[in-house]
Amino acid sequence: MSACVTFEDLTLGYNSHPAVHHLNGVVRSGSLTAVVGANGSGKSTLMKGIVGVLKPIAGGCRVAPRVKLAYLPQQSELDRSFPARVVDLVSLGLWPRRGLLGRHRIEDREAVAKALSSVGLEGFDKRPIDTLSGGQLQRTLFARVLVQDADLILLDEPFNAIDARTVTDLIGLIKRWHGEERTIMVVVHDLELVRQHFPEALLLARRSVAWGDARKTLAPENLLRARQFHEAWDNDASWCAPEDGRGDAHAHDGSGKQPPQAEQADRGGAA
Amino acid sequence: MLALYDYLIGPFVEFAFMQRALAGALLLSVSACPVGVFLMLRRMSLTGDAMAHAILPGAAVGFLLYGLQIVPMTLGGLAAGVIVALGAGAVARLTIQKEDASMAAFYLISLALGVLIVSLRGSNVDLMHVLFGTVLALNNDALSLIGTITVVTLAALAIFWRALVAECLDPLFLRSVSQLGPPVHFVFLGLVVFNLVGGFQALGTLLSVGLMMLPAAAARFWTSRVEPMCLLAVVIGAASCISGLLLSYHASLPSGPAIILSAGVVYIFSILAGTRGVLATRVRPTAHRIA
Repeated sequence: MSACVTFEDLTLGYNSHPAVHHLNGVVRSGSLTAVVGANGSGKSTLMKGIVGVLKPIAGGCRVAPRVKLAYLPQQSELDRSFPARVVDLVSLGLWPRRGLLGRHRIEDREAVAKALSSVGLEGFDKRPIDTLSGGQLQRTLFARVLVQDADLILLDEPFNAIDARTVTDLIGLIKRWHGEERTIMVVVHDLELVRQHFPEALLLARRSVAWGDARKTLAPENLLRARQFHEAWDNDASWCAPEDGRGDAHAHDGSGKQPPQAEQADRGGAA
Repeated sequence: MLALYDYLIGPFVEFAFMQRALAGALLLSVSACPVGVFLMLRRMSLTGDAMAHAILPGAAVGFLLYGLQIVPMTLGGLAAGVIVALGAGAVARLTIQKEDASMAAFYLISLALGVLIVSLRGSNVDLMHVLFGTVLALNNDALSLIGTITVVTLAALAIFWRALVAECLDPLFLRSVSQLGPPVHFVFLGLVVFNLVGGFQALGTLLSVGLMMLPAAAARFWTSRVEPMCLLAVVIGAASCISGLLLSYHASLPSGPAIILSAGVVYIFSILAGTRGVLATRVRPTAHRIA
């Protein structure tokens, strides 16, 4: 199995405080991974790092060449008051194919219509986006991801404030993508959902606590370990030494809280 | 019928200066109004105002060195506007400060500098001239300048349309699929400066932003799509120019304010009567659909 995304000692953060700390591992092409962890554990930051809108503080994050990427952010900067229709928003997904100047052809318009019907929004194409409900907007954004036809799909908390039926529909779409050999990473909070539907999971607590088979990753001892991580920034945290950066000698990480097995779990997931 | 002709068409047929004024104002409408629509949709309406002040010191330097000459004043205004736009944009993108604050800081500095420079030479009459423009005294140089600005603006809008819409609608999405986001922002700010500089000869620095923003703001009340909104803004802008020039001619009013006030009347009418205006959205409908 080839690597789609490779993390090499990746540290991402804000104001030199790490939000993702020394992450190593490989996301295999065609894998479906749930990214779980408490608030502030670095899930969204990791997504931004993969997309490239956030540059690493240290280490690197490599996306395999010629991989087309689609990203559905948690806090969308979408301006819902902008005078656009559903079809205009979904058509943005044609950008990777047509770019700035390429004409939208008949097959493109068909792709948009097909995507809308796949998410159950037939007949909504002319609706202004400011009249959509939260669930309808999320379906619209999924349709845009469909149109993007990407190899690597990153979804950041796509099920927030979404009703059960819509979640079921969207999970169905994600499984369809998985069947089409696309690589998918989804930030999810509902652990039961992960156990049911996701083959693999990455448990983050700023660093990777466990990564691999979803049920094993979400085992009680791993969850307990993840909970021990404290969320608040310590402004006066000492600097992470460049040499032994990956060891357990992190004064600012709560030294000794993370037994060596955690590192092994990392590698297990990567293998 | 004849009286109507004399009132509406006559002045433009009879006087060359009215024809020039009309041509200049119509060209400006075609160019500035769509830019205004995007300014409004990006919630940067007041940025246009700030930029209009920001071009003053450049125009003033041209005025100081060459007197009331269109080319040096325009080039100066363009330079000052670009410096302020890039400076404010860079501060907003590279530091924690947001664009509204950095823009306010830069334009206030710029405006004070401009007033200072103008006062070094001319009298208050000159200052009024720079601030409020002279659409009735457009010469060939000014007309060809406005023509050039119109062509460049329309070409840039046509090329960058999709990126502009994407930048307004979902900037984070654009950043995830393309590197065009930041450049498009600066191209757009450049267009704003360009059009304000074009407008300032005709309407003055203070009122040129009016022709940009008022038709756009009025058009927002009539349609919920971008393309028709731009077209409607152009139509409203052009109608305001014609009406303003006629008012100015028949009632001996200053032309710039007459044009802007005409657009203001359309704006207030649109607030009330527009299909998305007060009456249409506030009045409780008598019937509703079942779904």
